[in-house]
Amino acid sequence: MSLAVNLDLTLVWAVLLAMSVYIYVVLDGFDLGIGILYPFFPEKRSRDLMMNSVAPVWDGNETWLVLGGGGLMAAFPMAYAILMPALYPPVIAMLLALIFRGVAFEFRWRAETLRGRTLWDRAFFGGSFVAALSQGIMLGALVQGIEVEGRAYAGGWWDWLTPFTLLCGAAVVTGYAFLGACWLVLKLEGEDQRPFRHLARGIGLATVGFVIAISIATPFLEAEYYLRWFTWPSMLIAAPVPVGVAAIVVLLARSLQHRGRDWLPFVLGLALFGMCFVGLGLSMWPHIVPPDVTLYDAAAPEKSQAFMLAGAVVLLPMILGYTAYAYWVFRGKLDPEKGYH
Amino acid sequence: MDTFLGFDAVTLARIQFGFTVAFHFIFPAFSIGLASFLAVLNAMWLRTRQETYLRLFNYWIKIFAVTFAMGVVSGIVMSYQFGTNWSVFSDRAGPVIGPLMAYEVLTAFFLEAGFLGIMLFGRDKVGDGLHMAATALVAVGTAISATWIISVNSWMHTPQGHLIGENGQFLPADWMAIVFTPSFPYRLAHALTGAYLTTALIVGGVGAWHLLRGEHDNRGVRRMFSMAMWMAAIVAPLQIVIGDAHGLNTLEHQPVKVMAMEGHFESYPDGAPLILFGIPDQDAGEMRHAIEIPKLSSLILKHDLNAPLDGLDTVPDEDEPPVAIVFWSFRVMVALGFAMLGLGLWSLWARARGRLFYSPWLHRAAVLMGPSGLIAVTAGWITTEVGRQPWTVYGLMRTEDSASPLDALAVGTSLIAFIVVYFAVFGAGVIYLLRLMAKAPQRGEDGPKQDEGPTHAAGRHAMQEDAT
Ligand code: HDD
Ligand code: HEM
Ligand code: HEM
Repeated sequence: MSLAVNLDLTLVWAVLLAMSVYIYVVLDGFDLGIGILYPFFPEKRSRDLMMNSVAPVWDGNETWLVLGGGGLMAAFPMAYAILMPALYPPVIAMLLALIFRGVAFEFRWRAETLRGRTLWDRAFFGGSFVAALSQGIMLGALVQGIEVEGRAYAGGWWDWLTPFTLLCGAAVVTGYAFLGACWLVLKLEGEDQRPFRHLARGIGLATVGFVIAISIATPFLEAEYYLRWFTWPSMLIAAPVPVGVAAIVVLLARSLQHRGRDWLPFVLGLALFGMCFVGLGLSMWPHIVPPDVTLYDAAAPEKSQAFMLAGAVVLLPMILGYTAYAYWVFRGKLDPEKGYH
Repeated sequence: MDTFLGFDAVTLARIQFGFTVAFHFIFPAFSIGLASFLAVLNAMWLRTRQETYLRLFNYWIKIFAVTFAMGVVSGIVMSYQFGTNWSVFSDRAGPVIGPLMAYEVLTAFFLEAGFLGIMLFGRDKVGDGLHMAATALVAVGTAISATWIISVNSWMHTPQGHLIGENGQFLPADWMAIVFTPSFPYRLAHALTGAYLTTALIVGGVGAWHLLRGEHDNRGVRRMFSMAMWMAAIVAPLQIVIGDAHGLNTLEHQPVKVMAMEGHFESYPDGAPLILFGIPDQDAGEMRHAIEIPKLSSLILKHDLNAPLDGLDTVPDEDEPPVAIVFWSFRVMVALGFAMLGLGLWSLWARARGRLFYSPWLHRAAVLMGPSGLIAVTAGWITTEVGRQPWTVYGLMRTEDSASPLDALAVGTSLIAFIVVYFAVFGAGVIYLLRLMAKAPQRGEDGPKQDEGPTHAAGRHAMQEDAT
């Protein structure tokens, strides 16, 4: 058999898409998080600093969302066609929220009056908050399962709204705010940095609380999840996840106590999100739309997946390369005397 | 069937798609051209070290940043519109058009987004050479983006290179055929030159505005007006020639659309007239109060006065597009195209007489024509897309069979939300753009970087806050 047949393209695309979603979640996560932190910092100076710390990179961060959506349509069209109508209200809310938050980056500097600026500050906060909340709700709705008939969504209008999805929504808002605070610890220094370090501890604790709550709730949503986490031998595969989370939490707490190594909390934050992602993957595998549709049911024909993969193997490393370069150009502590605008 | 304010779910979804995409395209139509203009300005600055070019670069890049942000956020809505409102279409056509859109993200969006930050804020950090490269890459990115998405759109108009699977999905068979469909080259060329024209007219309009306000001696104003008028004079005729070729191609592949554009309800066995104006009455199947030039349509479309042309009487009613919209939007586009040509010629004449910067009537006309590119582009898309009806994939999949299984209430509510948010947010954006344009570019014009850093801005805002 040829190599092309041995290579499971569906699996490859599942991994690539999961990777894009993870990159999106952490990258846009920290810049949405900065918007979520806005109400805590009413003074203009801190708000300018906070926004300037992400102004050069936010557009690139958000592009991973476009890849996630576009890639899903291309590699798993049936899943895209089921999920979008099923999650219609939160998807629309997220899109509208991203409009407010995206334009605020430019409009805030163009508003010539205090009222105008306050308006776009609120848009920045509201947009970031609603986008994060909707993303959490969508995640929750996916995990709790979606009713499908044939190739289409068959559930009701409000299926996405349950206590579990709201829990996930709150968790994502908190988690993003945590990443945002860690990012600011990384980008600021001295007096400017102090409040964020302080805040990161509190929000970090809340984030861990949410992770635990969701981990406890999830296995009881579907019998299959329960079996996976609490029966032998699949427990063996699952066990490293909670252990990993615990280790990261300990390191995080220490890194936030002590000054220095300002990059460490952010990196540990990324790792925490990574662990949650792996846990989620373990619960859902091999489904793309639980409980009924598997990756293989929803997959596009091999020819579509192969055509895209040929480009992706060349382009993704290039993208990661120049994205890293763009971050590198704007590396280091933010100079409060110099705005990016 | 359930309805919302009298519309069914499919109609609402169509209105929503048309509304959001028409809004979206307004921004790329301007930013595709502007990105290239900025790359040229920057290259000229590096070559000649004339301050005028840097001044113009710093002036237009602020406008670019605002436009681009609106293009991005409205674009993200588009990439999810396929799934939210057209899920059946997405499921069936996804295997064919999905990969093309994924390539757009991989080859264009990341490129634009990755280098935009450096283009806007990075001149001091990376040096002139890399800053130039970043600027050029953003410009190239916008053109690559247009190429892929127009390839997708062209496949929907003139589909080929696919098979139809057992589950009803379109399956790719030949990628070259899918990417390069018969209408693709015409559509791409016409849309890109349209974007350049749009930009030229806006830049020219802004230049003319400042000339009218007495900035004759501002070298930035003179330079941009002059560059824009060259562009209009060269590209407007080109656009008409490409448009004509595009129309002939459409006649070959989508004759029904051309019947609607021309308003030909009847067949003309021996030479069809060009109907300049008239009131289309689709129910009665006739053109009321038509003003027409005999045989001209056959001459344009077939290069023969007496060539026969079929009319909508040969098409079953359920396969006809809405004639009045297509008929009128086509006329708006073509009329504006000729007006642009007129403006370009006028500027050449004024230039030859050495009066380019001292002809108030020319400047008034240029100000008036400033937004005409945006209107022409939108009218063009309406012609193209409404003329394709009732199909999403021409001849193969109907619009009514493409929609998501949603209640009219859901689609109607989201439609209203989009309308309210778009007008509020993009309305504010347009006001900011106009404000930026209302100031003339000044010697030592700041780029986005030094412009309003926290410390600078603090003083400046305080002053303005006191004033208001
Ligand atoms: C500044 C913009 C602009 C101007 C001045 C014109 N067009 Fe145009 N036209 C477009 C911008 C545009 C567009 C927005 O770019 C469209 C929509 C889809 C496309 O490919 O191009 C378009 C579509 C379009 C179509 C529809 C083709 C199809 O979908 O099958 C035709 C036949 C023409 N144009 C022909 C013309 C002619 C004969 C013009 C001469 C005056 C003209 N256009 C001026
Ligand atoms: C940006 C320029 C575009 C504009 C202004 C535009 C405009 C429109 C309009 C006005 C409609 C509604 C037609 C009707 O209801 O009669 C429509 C429908 C549609 N267009 Fe376009 N379009 C554009 C580009 C595209 C592209 C690039 C694609 C494909 C990738 C596309 C795909 C569709 C689809 C799927 C529909 C919905 C089904 C339909 O009503 O035909 N459009 N568009
Ligand atoms: C239905 C069709 C369309 C979809 C789904 C779509 C999707 C998108 C998305 C997701 C973005 C944001 C990219 C980012 O995050 O940086 C975007 C921006 C952009 N799109 Fe569209 N688009 C459509 C139609 C078009 C058309 C017809 C053109 C050009 C001919 C175009 C050209 C651009 C360009 C140049 C940008 C960069 C932003 C800007 O210049 O304003 N798009 N589009």
